[in-house]
Amino acid sequence: MEFDISRFRDTFFQEAEEHAATMEAELLRLEQGGGDAESLNAIFRCAHSIKGASGTFGFDDIAKFTHALETLLEGMRAGRIEPTAARAALLLRSVDVLRELLAAARTGGPPPAGVEESAAQLVVAQRADWAPNAPAVARVDDSAARPYRIRFVPAPEIFLQGMDPVLVLRELERAGEVQELRVDLSRLPPLAQLDPEICYLGWDLRLRSEKSAEDLRDVFAFVEDGARVEVEPETARPALSAPSVRAPVRDSTSIRVTTEKVDKLVDLVGELVIAQSMAAEILNNFTASSLLRLQEAFSEMERYTRELQERVMGVRMLPIGSVFSRFPRLVHDLAEATGKRIVLEMSGEETELDKAVVESLGDPLTHLIRNAVDHGLEPPEERRAAGKPEQGAIRLHAFHQGGNVIVEASDDGRGLDAAKIRRKAVERGLLAEDQPASEEQIHAMLFEPGFSTAEQVSSISGRGVGMDVVKRTVEGMNGAVSISSAPGRGTSVRIKLPLTLAILDGLLLRVGEQTYILPLVAILESVRPTAAQLNSMAGQGEVVIMRGEPLPLVRLHRLLNVPTEVTDATRGLLVLVENHGRRLALLVDELLGQQQVVIKSLESNFRKVEGVVGATILGDGRAALILDVAGLAQMARNARGVIDR
Amino acid sequence: MGRTALIVDDSVSIRQLVSFTLREAGFSVIEAGDGQEGLHKLDDGRVDLIITDLNMPRMDGIAFIRNLRSRPSSKYTPVLMLTTESQASKKQEGKAAGATGWIVKPFHPGKLLEVIGRVLP
Repeated sequence: MEFDISRFRDTFFQEAEEHAATMEAELLRLEQGGGDAESLNAIFRCAHSIKGASGTFGFDDIAKFTHALETLLEGMRAGRIEPTAARAALLLRSVDVLRELLAAARTGGPPPAGVEESAAQLVVAQRADWAPNAPAVARVDDSAARPYRIRFVPAPEIFLQGMDPVLVLRELERAGEVQELRVDLSRLPPLAQLDPEICYLGWDLRLRSEKSAEDLRDVFAFVEDGARVEVEPETARPALSAPSVRAPVRDSTSIRVTTEKVDKLVDLVGELVIAQSMAAEILNNFTASSLLRLQEAFSEMERYTRELQERVMGVRMLPIGSVFSRFPRLVHDLAEATGKRIVLEMSGEETELDKAVVESLGDPLTHLIRNAVDHGLEPPEERRAAGKPEQGAIRLHAFHQGGNVIVEASDDGRGLDAAKIRRKAVERGLLAEDQPASEEQIHAMLFEPGFSTAEQVSSISGRGVGMDVVKRTVEGMNGAVSISSAPGRGTSVRIKLPLTLAILDGLLLRVGEQTYILPLVAILESVRPTAAQLNSMAGQGEVVIMRGEPLPLVRLHRLLNVPTEVTDATRGLLVLVENHGRRLALLVDELLGQQQVVIKSLESNFRKVEGVVGATILGDGRAALILDVAGLAQMARNARGVIDR
Repeated sequence: MGRTALIVDDSVSIRQLVSFTLREAGFSVIEAGDGQEGLHKLDDGRVDLIITDLNMPRMDGIAFIRNLRSRPSSKYTPVLMLTTESQASKKQEGKAAGATGWIVKPFHPGKLLEVIGRVLP
């Protein structure tokens, strides 16, 4: 599996922001005199956590800054430094700077101005006699300073012109702050061949300077003959190896909503209140003749409630374009790296999805696009030979279908080689040699974890890198993913997502006295088996034969320990579900129907329950558990005592 | 400081201006009216910096610089040439001969010291 550090980076940013929020809250208490030793401890721990994690993720400027924060806090915590209101205020301002640093790191933008000064203030504030207005030691007003990347490879005979490259570097040092300096030793010969009159070295440096690029170039005026001199303002250009071009700053705990949307909500609530008071009025002076008016008032309330519900859900909706927008750059960079010619076509950017879904889509789509470029699209010459335009196409298409949003990522490349995937699947023990499998099932093998861990598979099959991650992520959002491909014509991955995570399309089913809900996306079909289809297989327990394929039969009543009269599968119903490409049949008493349910977290209200993702309240007021197919499959495996391959 | 500079120019006024500026900056200054004289003065000892005009009688700046680079004692000594804006090709020629840098005439004393700072540690 490809190691995708961006996933963890996002977590880091979330954590860091939570820490910053905690620091802020505790500092405010401290500033107002309400803080205690525990506040200081909490603030210190936050700074310490951010420092440790930021270093790990390579955000050295954040690590440096939080180190200064931590040092001051450590002194305050240990009682060496008095936790005055002025220091609390300084720390509060520092938390703001920290947030800016985090935002800059997240977007890859330049670090905010005045970081050094703030850090210096934190150092100065350690002095016992510190007063808030004392200027920081290293007061650097670098508000106009910009970062530059500078490369300097002097002419080999620079010494023979009476010049020393070190002088140039010193001058650069005077022109700004050298933040990074690397010496290029690649041209350095073995000692025996070294000519002491020749300069073999080169330098790469990152300089923050207020000077213009032209002024900085002028530093090299005396040495540029025969030399290589590059002075470039640094643009936030993430390395290609970074798995995803970072998304715009996102903050999972808050939503930006247009005032128009909020105004409409306020209007609706107003209407609702009026309708309610009308209804109350009618009830207060109720006579038989009022019934019709009451019905009218009631249906009006119903209408407003429904609209309110829709609009409130709408507040959580974001256009999917906000995640699409990062891909032109990704495709551009990938095209450059691979030498392929690619056009990215996007449509349906305005399709709205739940904010959380949109935000979680970035990584899977990035994987899909990378796969399409790396393995799907052929090099230009191969395309020409195949009679295709040299420029390959990658399409991202989003659209509504029923209560779902479909996102398709497709390419017009070479397509999947089913025979090779099959061979690999057999090799990896995912498929028996003689086991019949449809093309669809074979394609689904690509989502198997066993497939993506093998690097070499990707180069053979053309697919496989991180596909299991894609599937897991999508399924984590109650979505489903499928893949289709035509040899020589391309591959298309289809992601089906619910509009929102808060509402789920569920199938209501009954086991004994209990009603359960299965997410509709997980369900393939439901059947009433004949006795001939039921069988028992050594090592696998009960199975049901569906179109020649034996599927494990899972008795929900046994798994969930619910008494029922329906223990004979031919009298109940089998719901066929799919989990990680494997199918299983769940035995239930009967199906009650399909319904949209509002998901309530069980974990936050009770505790985590195996095989259950959440709960909901049914129309009759009863609570019902929403089953988790992956969890059930795991429970069934454990119950059978079979180590699943 | 204890550093020594050699200033070679046929124009006395320029020589005086440069000398004055350098002395103010703490240099000991040796003066010469042309390249040949400059080479003679160098026979007496090493210098830390050489500033030379290009158009001079007897031995011009380019030949002087070439000569300097061929002598072990001045092979690595920073050499600044005094040029005018119109002498772009001369500047190239001087660089090719081994000059370290240049100062465009007319110059302000401050600018001179700035340029010297570029070539002297």
